[in-house]
Amino acid sequence: MKKLVELATVIRTKNAGPYELTIDIIFKEREIYERIKQEKSLDAPLIARLYLIPVEDVLTVTYFDPAAAFKATIKRRVPSGSMGDTDIYGAQQHAPLLEISLPWGDTGATAP
Amino acid sequence: MKNSMVLLSPTAILGYGFPESSFTRGLSFDPDLIAVDAGSTDPGPYYLGSGKPFVPRGAVKRDMAYLLRAALSRRIPLLIGSAGGSGAKPHLDWCHDILLAVAREEGLSFRLAVIPADISKELLLKKMAAGKVEPLGPVPPLTAEIVAESTYLAAQMGIEPLVAALEGGADVILAGRCYDPSIFAALPVKEGYPAGLAYHLGKILECAAIAALPGSGSDCMIGILEEDRFLIEPASRERRATVDSVAAHTLYEKGDPYRLPGPGGLLDLHESSFEQVTERRVAVKGSRFLPSPSYTVKVEGARLIGHRVITIAGARDPRFIASLDQVISGVKERTSDNFSGDAGRFELFFHLYGRNGVMGPQEPRPQASHEVGIVIEALAETSELAEAVLGFARSTMLHFGFPGRIATAGNLAFPYSPSDFQVGGAYAFSVYHLMSVEHPEELFPITYEEVRP
Repeated sequence: MKKLVELATVIRTKNAGPYELTIDIIFKEREIYERIKQEKSLDAPLIARLYLIPVEDVLTVTYFDPAAAFKATIKRRVPSGSMGDTDIYGAQQHAPLLEISLPWGDTGATAP
Repeated sequence: MKNSMVLLSPTAILGYGFPESSFTRGLSFDPDLIAVDAGSTDPGPYYLGSGKPFVPRGAVKRDMAYLLRAALSRRIPLLIGSAGGSGAKPHLDWCHDILLAVAREEGLSFRLAVIPADISKELLLKKMAAGKVEPLGPVPPLTAEIVAESTYLAAQMGIEPLVAALEGGADVILAGRCYDPSIFAALPVKEGYPAGLAYHLGKILECAAIAALPGSGSDCMIGILEEDRFLIEPASRERRATVDSVAAHTLYEKGDPYRLPGPGGLLDLHESSFEQVTERRVAVKGSRFLPSPSYTVKVEGARLIGHRVITIAGARDPRFIASLDQVISGVKERTSDNFSGDAGRFELFFHLYGRNGVMGPQEPRPQASHEVGIVIEALAETSELAEAVLGFARSTMLHFGFPGRIATAGNLAFPYSPSDFQVGGAYAFSVYHLMSVEHPEELFPITYEEVRP
């Protein structure tokens, strides 16, 4: 297992419009990206588990070759700025990703 | 068509500023166009809903003076998109007023095109009835009631009205809500450059030097469009464009990075490639624009959901912190009981910083730290009710008795007197929908003005 924070240079979240939150993970090296992409160790069920949401609320999951990046877009818990929102820009929702480890020639991803 | 076209993007948002040295260096590339995005939905629904700008007047005026002087003295067009932040009528009027003030002070003469982006409620209702309106993503369906409650409605314009204004001889175009890349793509597409490259370059330029390394939202970026590729380079020598920084920016704020829908079509990046051509410059090719069978525009709206009053307090008592959930449900219960005659006319929220203030119920580690920051928020139909509810909740929490309480003088530490703050109107996004239109230009009528000192 390897910690995601050790494999990535960027781990961030941001609004993609007021109703969606998008997660970007940009890897340190293309080699690392290719390995993760091949193993598909980042996927919709993992994102759903991390964000405590049903997997249907993970709207897209993409491996984006030009940036050696993984991207997932989820439904926002509350639309930006609506009643009960806690993060208008959605830029501080990445913490669950900082705690995960991914398989590195061993078994499944672990969430805390 | 010339062999290349140079586009200068001075800053990520009009009013965010830029170093004069970068702007001067940007001009040394002999740009064919200066364009600047002035808006976003990112700061939330308040600005569109209330008709207020989110950048201070003085900051917009400062940037505007540089841009107007440079564009007019070089006889190149200046395009300003999503004027005033949200790009509806009050925002456009506000920005228009600043532009005229700068023109007066600087003694400038030019032909100005003003293009509003407002959508009438009647048109939206008519389109809804005809089945021409669809939610954009996980957005609740639109009802006539929501449309009626919305304050301002604006549609994102594509390049068509901007091209028409350029053809109409405008030196300066001040546009309401725009699809961000439109202000950069309009001139190149008019001159025959490939739309895919023009839109993709516009996508990068609209955030100026955010796509550089180190990134900045207040520094200039240069785009050079050629027949089969474009080049991107930050104006400041202290920054570089790298394959990673540019490709990474392509991800930013988008749902699906390969397919970026916009007015009239889709920017398809499946075939895009990024190449480092100099230490500070990246070349991009292969991006395609796929026109869609029907022309759709994105309509945005917000509505008033109430009036907000908040208080800020801290708690340091470990027993109180351990009992927080119990205390909060007790305070909510007491408040509901006290204002039972107003049931349904108010909501009470507790934001607990130091516990789960940022992620709420999605917080993976909801354990409290040694102190907790508490924001109590009352949202109610009137500001008077919000004030009353908040005041009651605050004093109830301050003196709330819970099992094991040892510090009986008060549970909360307030940094301020007065403790409660009137935030004013609270808004929520109400419309975020795609509307099909047959003649997009009809939505965005152009007015020309001859500005003289």
